[in-house]
Amino acid sequence: METTAQVEQIFRDEFTRLFAWLVGSLRDFEAAEDALQEAFLIALRRWPVDGIPPNPRGWLAVTARNCAIDRIRRERRRPDLEKQMDHLTLEPKDARDLDDEVLCLIFTCCHPALSLDARVALTLRVVCGLRLPEIAHAFLLPETTLAQRLVRAKRKIRNAGIPYEMPGTELLAGRLAGVLGVVYLVFNEGYVATEGPMLLRPDLCQEGIRLARLLATLMPQEPEVRALLALLLLTDARRAARTDAAGEPVLLPDQDRTRWDHAQIQEGLSELGRAGRHQQAGPYFLQAAIAAEHTGVERADDTNWPRIVRLYDALVRLTPSPVAQLNRVVAVSMAAGPDLAYLELGGLEESLGDYSYYHAARADLLRRLDRRVSARSAYQRASELATNPKQRAALARAAAELDEEAAERFGDS
Amino acid sequence: MKYLAMIWTEWKDEREFDLEEAMRYREFAAEAAAAGVLAAGDSLHHPSTSTTVRVRDEQDLLTDGPFAETKEQITGYFVLDCPDLDQAIAWARRIPGARHGAIEVRPILAMDEMMQ
Repeated sequence: METTAQVEQIFRDEFTRLFAWLVGSLRDFEAAEDALQEAFLIALRRWPVDGIPPNPRGWLAVTARNCAIDRIRRERRRPDLEKQMDHLTLEPKDARDLDDEVLCLIFTCCHPALSLDARVALTLRVVCGLRLPEIAHAFLLPETTLAQRLVRAKRKIRNAGIPYEMPGTELLAGRLAGVLGVVYLVFNEGYVATEGPMLLRPDLCQEGIRLARLLATLMPQEPEVRALLALLLLTDARRAARTDAAGEPVLLPDQDRTRWDHAQIQEGLSELGRAGRHQQAGPYFLQAAIAAEHTGVERADDTNWPRIVRLYDALVRLTPSPVAQLNRVVAVSMAAGPDLAYLELGGLEESLGDYSYYHAARADLLRRLDRRVSARSAYQRASELATNPKQRAALARAAAELDEEAAERFGDS
Repeated sequence: MKYLAMIWTEWKDEREFDLEEAMRYREFAAEAAAAGVLAAGDSLHHPSTSTTVRVRDEQDLLTDGPFAETKEQITGYFVLDCPDLDQAIAWARRIPGARHGAIEVRPILAMDEMMQ
């Protein structure tokens, strides 16, 4: 019984490297997965009887390789590959070399010719080694839908000839941004779960951080990789304080800052410091710097809003996305008051009219400008558009509170 | 591997002929040929010259015009011989139509693959 648990742990630890190593020779995700699965089943059968071999990774590698060769022979396909696989060996010292294979694997899973959904699912499956039901649960998808998505992606990689290698220098910057985008998305999906009863889905946050850590180890020279890791660590450090005992969302100014994970904040800050040694500030660096401004002060009132506005200015110049502009406007309202911010908000209506957070920010500004009726309908609109039930309820409450206040006022007069 | 690069562009008028665009296509084809990438390629007549053929119950059903009436139509194609998708994309993005229309890149299923 205990051995079974150990086998599973070893398999989890070694899955990504072994998978990357197998795909490197087989050039076929489905075949690699099948071979590895078969090797795992053999280990589950043998190890409890024979004991765990001294080099489990090597054992699994040889067994998986043999399973792949058997299958190629059985199906009488690609004799060229059979020969090539015969020469394939994995020495225990190869852990370092496997890092390059893992990096290839990540870039292939995040190839822009795959749909974003497929990139995320594939990365969680083969890079994080999550099982199908785990991913389906995290994204609240039926397992069959997810399985289909994965099969289609794996076949496209094979049939469309998506290369299994690191992109050349002329493509690297764009592709790396794509990889970081997938990691950020995984984290964010966990951070603000779009649907489902829980506001936070911590597992995906952990996977996002794990991926960022892995990338930071594999590409230590890339400042944006470290910056992303810093951003995720600093954001995640606030997790415990983001919901109250009843699971309701607590906004940043109202959070109990003693509940933040201060060790993780320290780690995030040191990653940010290392990313900051490079010349150019990228979008993740700026976002991490903004997160650091928040986590660096003990009281919400001490927040240096003018500096945060300057960081947002730089971010908007770099990536003029409407969401970044909205966050900038919120910072402006804190630094310079709601009047100026409200003027700047107007230009965003067209692109963000369907975005709950836009209406929530607008409602907040209107409330501070004492325009209660407009604030109330903006909160209501925000509530209608929110996909997370907890957030939807909180926004509806904010609208109702304005009603009560109005009733009290008129009651007085 | 061979990839079919289908060129989807707007073509408003039957008589319309853009000499400069045609020159850009010639230039592209020459470069792709010199690099050993160009396996085939043609431009097509206006979509209104298309005939769509279906056979149902041994009856030929012909319709005048393209398969789908969309704003963009296939106005030409190239067959690109490239080692992988990245390189096929690198060539496809240089096809002049990519600037105003779209290039759909699809791997060609080789006969021996089909037999497996």
